[in-house]
Amino acid sequence: MAIPAPISTALRAAAMLFFVVVVAACSRSSNDAVGLTGAGNLGPGGGAPGSQQEFIVTVGDRVFFTTDSSSLTSEAMATLDKQAAWLNQYQNYRVLIEGHADERGTREYNIALGARRASVVVNYLVSKGVNGQRITSQSFGKERPVAICNDISCWSQNRRAVTVVQ
Amino acid sequence: MTLLTRRSALKLGLAGGALLATAPMAMAQLRIVVEGANFQPLPIAIPDFASSDPTFGREIADIVRNNLRRSGLFLPLDPASLPVQVGDVNGTPDFNVWRTANVDALVMGSVERGGQISSSVRVWDTQQAAQVVGKSYNTDPNSARRIGHIVSDAIYEQLAGGTGYFDTRVIYTAESGPKANRTRRLAIMDQDGANVQYLTDGSTMALTPRFAPNGDLVTYMNFADGNPQVYLLQLSSGQQQRLANVGAMTFAPRFSPDGGTVVFSVEQGGATNIYAVGTGGGQPMQLTSGAAIDTGPSYSPDGGRIVFESDRGGSPQIYMMGAGGGNAQRISFGQGSYSTPVWSPKGDLIAFTRQSGGQFHIGIMAPDGSGERLLYSSYHAEGPTWAPNGRVIMFFQDPGGNDGPRLMSVDIWGRNPQTIATESYASDPSWSGLRG
Repeated sequence: MAIPAPISTALRAAAMLFFVVVVAACSRSSNDAVGLTGAGNLGPGGGAPGSQQEFIVTVGDRVFFTTDSSSLTSEAMATLDKQAAWLNQYQNYRVLIEGHADERGTREYNIALGARRASVVVNYLVSKGVNGQRITSQSFGKERPVAICNDISCWSQNRRAVTVVQ
Repeated sequence: MTLLTRRSALKLGLAGGALLATAPMAMAQLRIVVEGANFQPLPIAIPDFASSDPTFGREIADIVRNNLRRSGLFLPLDPASLPVQVGDVNGTPDFNVWRTANVDALVMGSVERGGQISSSVRVWDTQQAAQVVGKSYNTDPNSARRIGHIVSDAIYEQLAGGTGYFDTRVIYTAESGPKANRTRRLAIMDQDGANVQYLTDGSTMALTPRFAPNGDLVTYMNFADGNPQVYLLQLSSGQQQRLANVGAMTFAPRFSPDGGTVVFSVEQGGATNIYAVGTGGGQPMQLTSGAAIDTGPSYSPDGGRIVFESDRGGSPQIYMMGAGGGNAQRISFGQGSYSTPVWSPKGDLIAFTRQSGGQFHIGIMAPDGSGERLLYSSYHAEGPTWAPNGRVIMFFQDPGGNDGPRLMSVDIWGRNPQTIATESYASDPSWSGLRG
């Protein structure tokens, strides 16, 4: 027997709502880092040209990796292309590349994996003209997650390399 | 006599154990067969220890009862149910009374606190009407709990064979605070969770502490310099220093069996290889090469070989090589990935972490990779360390989410999983050898 249409719609709506809540919960920390709620911002997507905030909001400060991989996805390369262009325009900044892993690996291996991810990003930025002398890197392994939960929606956000403009 | 030899080391003010005189010394048959599917823990009667301070006598007997219960090999009987409430180490028990109470194994002990703490203990086989062992021990007055652990080891060794593991300590990473910004510092405790001391202040992250064989030197991963680096820490003096200046990052350290060398990982440009260096310094020797991640090295007890993990074949797997490096052979071939191999102090087994089927597992295999058995499985579990008798493994498991890791132990037959109570979250356990 088919489920009456109104109930099915309600279920779908509930599922959508649940999805939105999960995504919102998992992305909270990165919003905090961006400081979107701070007074005096130019608004979402804003940031004065050449400011650290512009780098974070407009350029994008992080790239993500698939499980146990340090290969750059096409999306990651697009973000790093924008990072390199911005860094080549604003030469006064130094950058720290942080390499991170998700919790689905062992501690020591993930320390090495975070370093390998950071290294891939460093090499890519250098290949796009950023002076290697401006770049340092550090691995945090799985010790500094930004998203906390027990499923893939969090793990995928934690497998990341973050470019911190200094 | 190995017991007597080991205890006669006078370090830390510990006096040697001495055989108690008198009593019939027939070869008793009372013995636990530790292997087999039909294993049953041995019921054992341990009345409170006789003492001029009865509270102290009960406290020491409680330590012994708890140790033996937690081993999973013994079933200490409720002291209140016993026909005799307080031990008598000088007389011969009335065996008929104990047989009537269905007690085969009986421990009679005494303990006194003077300039030193002295304890005597006799283990009786009531069916044979014979003494299994009679020993006396002294410790310095500041190690009251140790006398309980030393007595526990003597009972374990006589009835379960092998060596004991109760007079040992565990060094670990104590964790506190929210998961996204957790404080991680080194801590040390007795194997039963008592006498916790914190060794670092948490201002910089400290991970993966490992004991040297002498139990005084520790090597660990310290984030004080930005990227993690391997440090040496001497417990008795509190002094510490960086091990070596090589590569961008150094981590995953472990001592050689003679304590003179540390084997560890060095990362440079995204590649991680294994190096070894003397604890006194010198030029680090490179043992593996290539662009892969080679980490988690652990020496064989004879120092001749090193087992480690590498993703050179795609996913992390376990490899074996000579202690001088080169010619590594893969030994793990199951589904999923394998990491953190640790050689048993007895040499017969390698413990590891395996990830497969969405779960983490703690397992063991022979050094040639045969006979793999998984002992514990959960959402997350990793980082095995061996008790000095090679029969018990401690590791940490984390339920995920906002929760944190806890220490657990399981025996090599996959029996008796136990959580070790700690006041904070805890990870990275490293089990010391028997204290001398």
